[in-house]
Amino acid sequence: MSNHDDEKDVAGRADEFLQVFKKGAEFTQDLLKENERLRFRVVQLEETLKEKGHEVVVESPDAIELQKKIEALEHEKQEILGQIKQVEEENQNFANRYIEIEEENNMLANLYIASYQLHSTLDFKEVLQIILEIVINLIGAEEFAILLLDEKTNRLEPVASEGVATSELPSIAVGEGIIGEAVNSGENYFIDSMEGYQRDFEKPIVCIPLKIKEHVIGVIAIYTLLTQKDEFTNVDYELFTLLAGHAATAVFSSRLYSDSERKLSTIQGFIDLLTK
Amino acid sequence: MTGYKVLVVEDSPTMRQLIVFALKRIRGFQIVEANDGVDGLKKLSAEKFDLILTDINMPIMDGLKLVSMVRNDPNYKDTPIIVITTEGAIEDRERALALGANEYITKPIQTMKILETVKKLMSV
Repeated sequence: MSNHDDEKDVAGRADEFLQVFKKGAEFTQDLLKENERLRFRVVQLEETLKEKGHEVVVESPDAIELQKKIEALEHEKQEILGQIKQVEEENQNFANRYIEIEEENNMLANLYIASYQLHSTLDFKEVLQIILEIVINLIGAEEFAILLLDEKTNRLEPVASEGVATSELPSIAVGEGIIGEAVNSGENYFIDSMEGYQRDFEKPIVCIPLKIKEHVIGVIAIYTLLTQKDEFTNVDYELFTLLAGHAATAVFSSRLYSDSERKLSTIQGFIDLLTK
Repeated sequence: MTGYKVLVVEDSPTMRQLIVFALKRIRGFQIVEANDGVDGLKKLSAEKFDLILTDINMPIMDGLKLVSMVRNDPNYKDTPIIVITTEGAIEDRERALALGANEYITKPIQTMKILETVKKLMSV
């Protein structure tokens, strides 16, 4: 081989080496770019996981300890929320109970005053007036009457009324109709439905026998209620029970007292005549 | 102690007792009773009241007349008036409110309703 051929061979090899080196450099560049792209992709994925609430699993002891604390706090939070809910429910129950007690308290106060008023006098007319006031103001009746039993005739005679003239009301025989039957049974009567009811003095919507123990001395017959009163409440039923007993004793004792006063006055008149 | 003076005008002693008994549950209320409108006016002129509760149907002078006269008195032009009555018709309510009543409560008596209304008007 000549020197010229040798030089040519070296130049070709150098050229070949340069080509390989150039390709290697290009490949390295590609690898670096790919590495950069993948690192960027990892960061992107970590951020996406964080955004979606997934924890990036970190295995360090501190991280595990923190994780446990977070779980314990979460549990405690749930327990406290449960307790708050329970306390709120209890509060609501107490509030409802308070309203119920208030209503009962008011009802008892009304019953106390009604009973106190009934026994505050021995004047027969005043007692009748108090019964009328109780039935108007506490029950809300518009037209009603008090009928007392005349034991001689065995008939109920109207003695006081509201909304209708007492003279318009009929006397009723014991056992006759709703009112007369209430005297026999001694049971309160309430109409089944007030729909389409037309006032009828022999067919009241409510009839309450006035009783001393089991002895009926008269009745309260209610024919109509005030326009704003469309139904009876629990207080009304309590009042009816109170009226049945207390009004009866008040009426009975005041009538006895009035009779005895009248007799005493007559006897006193005789004594005065005899002694003069 | 609120120290409010309240006048209750009502001809029925039973009803008066019921209202007074209810109002006594609000601490510090001084309650004065009147039998009818005329008695009510007499008491209103003798001392200053902060609240008036009145019935409508009363002898001598009814509640509506009383409301009207009270509203014409400069001393009582802003005093709250509550009407408590058996009259449940809308026109009765409107008439009472037009004459100057602040609230209109119908019977049968509802203690809770009366107390709520009084507390609202007097801010107690």
